[in-house]
Amino acid sequence: MSNGRLRWRKFVSNFMLAMTGVCAFVSVLVLFFILGYLLFNGGTSINWDFFTKLPKPVGEAGGGMANAIVGSGKILLLASLMGVPIGFLGGVYLAEFSGKGMASVVRYAADLLNGVPSIVIGIFAYSLVVLPFKHFSAYAGAFALGMMMIPITLRSTEEFLKSVPRMLREGAMALGASRWKTIATVIVPAAYRGIMTAILLALARVAGETAPLLFTAFGNRFESHGWSQPTATLPVMIYTYAVSPYDDWHRQAWAAGLVLLALVLIINILARTILSRGIAVPRS
Amino acid sequence: MLITAALVWELWVNSALPRQKFGFHFFVTSVWDPIMDQFGALPFIYGTMVTSAVALFIAVPLGIGAAIFLAELAPPRISDTLQFFIDLLAAVPSVIYGLLGVFVVVPVMRTVIYPALNKPFGYLPIFKGPSYGVGFMTAGIVLAIMVIPYIISVSREVLLSVPRDQREAALALGSTRWESTWKVVVPFAKTGIMGSIFLALARALGETMAVTMVIGNTPKIAASLFAPGYTIAAVIANEFTEATGDLYLQSLIELGLVLFLLTFLLNGLARVLILVTTQKGSEAGG
Repeated sequence: MSNGRLRWRKFVSNFMLAMTGVCAFVSVLVLFFILGYLLFNGGTSINWDFFTKLPKPVGEAGGGMANAIVGSGKILLLASLMGVPIGFLGGVYLAEFSGKGMASVVRYAADLLNGVPSIVIGIFAYSLVVLPFKHFSAYAGAFALGMMMIPITLRSTEEFLKSVPRMLREGAMALGASRWKTIATVIVPAAYRGIMTAILLALARVAGETAPLLFTAFGNRFESHGWSQPTATLPVMIYTYAVSPYDDWHRQAWAAGLVLLALVLIINILARTILSRGIAVPRS
Repeated sequence: MLITAALVWELWVNSALPRQKFGFHFFVTSVWDPIMDQFGALPFIYGTMVTSAVALFIAVPLGIGAAIFLAELAPPRISDTLQFFIDLLAAVPSVIYGLLGVFVVVPVMRTVIYPALNKPFGYLPIFKGPSYGVGFMTAGIVLAIMVIPYIISVSREVLLSVPRDQREAALALGSTRWESTWKVVVPFAKTGIMGSIFLALARALGETMAVTMVIGNTPKIAASLFAPGYTIAAVIANEFTEATGDLYLQSLIELGLVLFLLTFLLNGLARVLILVTTQKGSEAGG
């Protein structure tokens, strides 16, 4: 009797544990499914023209997304120029200078900002940048994406700076370096790898964002000159092409999806290897 | 930094003025008619809730199961490798999920899942009616795939922070491995796991692109999960650039405000819950 019960309990144990394994593998399989499907569908429709030509009018075959690729690059560049310094300096401030109460308020605000849905950030950028200029522009898109980069950069800069051992700090001070000099020449270089990783991850996250760009950078069928015009970006192009009724556009959406996914995953993997190779912060 | 957060808040308060015209009615009426300047947000709120509910219904068991496997069962090397892939999964942009949603999930819904559920359970209101492939169910499935990585990562952290003693004590009392996991470790980490679910819910509520692409974009309240619907984030994405007239625009902005406050609350709650659990772990372990 008790033997049977024991066998039943062991069976339940093994069965449920096996089920959890199945759950884990199903979740990971999804990633490979996405990759495989995109490779299969995008790989067949990607070619040189895709990178070099402008979109063709509806009905004509061929054409590419050169303008969207350039546009994405422009907006990401501008967004990093805006988001990275603010996030980085904010992180330095939090880790080195601020008092406790202030720090926890800023930290909490950054975490909340990080959790704000991207579309709401889009509305914010729209009313701040688009409305006054009465113009969709690369600036507005970059503003929205930059805002999303700030909290990520800020929090991780702070984390990594804080994990720099005290000895290094005290050593520099003992040699007579000023506070600023200590930070600039000793502490930041020591945490360099970690901060680079954080910036790359932030970049990868915003590179795929679509929602805030819909009504800030808007999109454009042509090359956009300068920074103050509506600008095409890869994610928005994927969206418009995917919901369009044309087969040729669908194929291009797949190709663009493949390029975007490859970009994001490569940046991610790169960032993680930077972090894992060597130790990010010298241990004392 | 503080300024950014304050600005977001300030702006929202200033720009959401249809409250004056519709007041509380904004949330309980279901007419959305830009031409007549009638705006009621109920269909969008309903749609957002239903899709998120479907998503959590699928994602929670799967995510927690996977987290238990990673934290309790798998050897560290396998666990870390799988976690690496799951982190990558979390990094996939949402348009890509939408793309796959449109071209893979929608046809599968229409040809496989809908007939399979409609035949035996068609008399239930939630499975009634024709299916176009797009709708609450489809959006829910896509959302589930998107939030699973978050649930797994956070739950795994929380489970790993449960002190060893708890586990060893349970095993020493003669429980099987599953019993020690399910009756000791999981209850210990319960609040933290709840936190991860709230975090996932906040993501699901605010997710825009993938949902916009598969929800069907119809501002209606339908009992059937196969009917097309609309969510808050999707209506903002679709109609914001076309909004003519201040009232129209500001109604959309008010929807944005609702969304913001909702995710704000959920995120705060999630953070507190996760913090409580990890602290409990370090106290008991220390």
